[in-house]
Amino acid sequence: MSASVSRDYQPSYYGRPIVKEPVWKPEIPTYFFTGGLAGAAATLALGARLAGNDTLARRALWTNAAAITVSPLLLIKDLGRPMRFLNMLRVFKVRSPMSVGTWIVSASGTASGVGAACELFGVLPRVRAAAEAGAGLLGPFLSTYTGALVADSVVPAWHGARRELPFVFAGGSCASAGGVVAALTPAWSAGPARRLAIAGAALELASTKAMEDGLGELVGKPYHEGRAGTYAKAAKAATAAGGLLMATVGRRRAGAIVAGSLLAVGALCERFAVYHAGKQSAADPLATSIPQRSRKADEAFPDPLATSIPQRSRNANSAPTSATPKTSHAT
Amino acid sequence: MIVAEPDGHETYAPEERQRRVGFFTDTSVCIGCKACEVACKEWNLLPEDGLVWTGHSYDNTRELDANTWRHVAFVEQRVDDGMRWLMSSDVCKHCTHAGCLDVCPTGAIFRTELGTVVIQDDVCNGCGYCVTACPFGVIGKREIDGDGGMHKCTLCYDRTQDGLEPACAKACPTESIQYGPLDDLLERARGRVEELHEAGVDEARLYLADEDDGIGGAGAFFLLLDEPEVYGLPPDPVVPTRDLGEIWSAAFAAGAALVAGVAVAFLGGSR
Repeated sequence: MSASVSRDYQPSYYGRPIVKEPVWKPEIPTYFFTGGLAGAAATLALGARLAGNDTLARRALWTNAAAITVSPLLLIKDLGRPMRFLNMLRVFKVRSPMSVGTWIVSASGTASGVGAACELFGVLPRVRAAAEAGAGLLGPFLSTYTGALVADSVVPAWHGARRELPFVFAGGSCASAGGVVAALTPAWSAGPARRLAIAGAALELASTKAMEDGLGELVGKPYHEGRAGTYAKAAKAATAAGGLLMATVGRRRAGAIVAGSLLAVGALCERFAVYHAGKQSAADPLATSIPQRSRKADEAFPDPLATSIPQRSRNANSAPTSATPKTSHAT
Repeated sequence: MIVAEPDGHETYAPEERQRRVGFFTDTSVCIGCKACEVACKEWNLLPEDGLVWTGHSYDNTRELDANTWRHVAFVEQRVDDGMRWLMSSDVCKHCTHAGCLDVCPTGAIFRTELGTVVIQDDVCNGCGYCVTACPFGVIGKREIDGDGGMHKCTLCYDRTQDGLEPACAKACPTESIQYGPLDDLLERARGRVEELHEAGVDEARLYLADEDDGIGGAGAFFLLLDEPEVYGLPPDPVVPTRDLGEIWSAAFAAGAALVAGVAVAFLGGSR
């Protein structure tokens, strides 16, 4: 039997991506921010109501209502066929985080709307309490399902961070909701919002670091270069500064306003970092092929004729991690 | 319909498996004529989507997309005694575990009675989630004429329903693209690999013909003459929803952390 044709290993097809870049527009990361903010604010409002802190509860409720009002508008605007947004409600699929999320947004938006209307007109206190409880209980899902949504994809930087992304988003949600509500609330009632903001900032920073470290050099590269890298740096700086200011001068209203704004900006930037990291990651064929190739080389290769595979897989792993194709034109 | 066996492994019910059709693309006989691309465009009335010169050999089509459902790849390789061509006509894989179908939030994507995966254009609202769920980068968003919907190969559902073969297979002059019941194609493909190995073409191998792979096997599989990534194909594709348990668990845990954070925030009183 003759040997295989010997040839140079070409790690990609002219450097072209293997998976498609996500087609989502910036409305989507903006929604990740507003939805997260709305969710954590709803839970904060419920906590404040249970603790008898009505001053805080009202501010959290308004924050929640504002954020949840914007959210569906952003989602619908991003659709390729916005007039068909109701088609989302034809089905309920656990296999589709977007389907589950659509129902969460719909239910929690309805509850928030009812709660806010009752509060505004000072009517139906029991209905208001029930609506607030509903929105407050859905809040944690509203804040974190978006992490599951992007993780359930073939985009290497998203799927590879499936364990960390919901925590990154939960942290950002708490930081932004706590920060905004603390900025809107008189200092003597805003203690829980400040503490939530600080804890959220800590969780966001820690889980972002865990995510970037966990992805490793090749797949995690987008978080250190290009637009994703810029947003990631801005997010870290704003979140760290906002958290520190909230802890030190947050008891003063002016301090809370500055700190809360920084935390909101930090959470927004982190969502844009994740969004752009996904785009940059999908565009790099090696971020898709090299981890798959290593995985395959780890398994016993089932085809005894393909004896040259392990040798060349090692070459693939040590190949430069740029997307530059190695084309061997015969000329 | 995909059924779950007692061990949790999901596959086709036996009677449905018999009806499952697909493509066997034997790239060893592809001559790069692009008749498949043209036939597909014509039959499916796909719009023109840019006339560009890529400089990538004879490939000016670039990739599968909303308006390109067959794409012929051209690879030029330096080998022992000069150079060789690899030509391969790529298409939607009609996966057994189809990520696009799993994540579609409108139910626009469905599995047909022939075991193929099709987007219902009148239901799709253009959310784009399927684009991120395809391990092969097959689906695209049509930006032409304000369409906004997602499109991909239907395995010529409007032909196969009536017992006709898909346009690309019909047009292929070398039978590089073969259409038929999937099990027949698999048997034929295995025979073809043996034949090639006997003829000294050791590098011939089947791609996506294994039911135990990350997508549960494909309805469109290939005979390749080099590693998949050389053709722009993923070496070990996995449907993203395979990790859904882990994904939802992380989301629940993060939600629980959020609740705990709010609860703890109230321990210190109002001030």
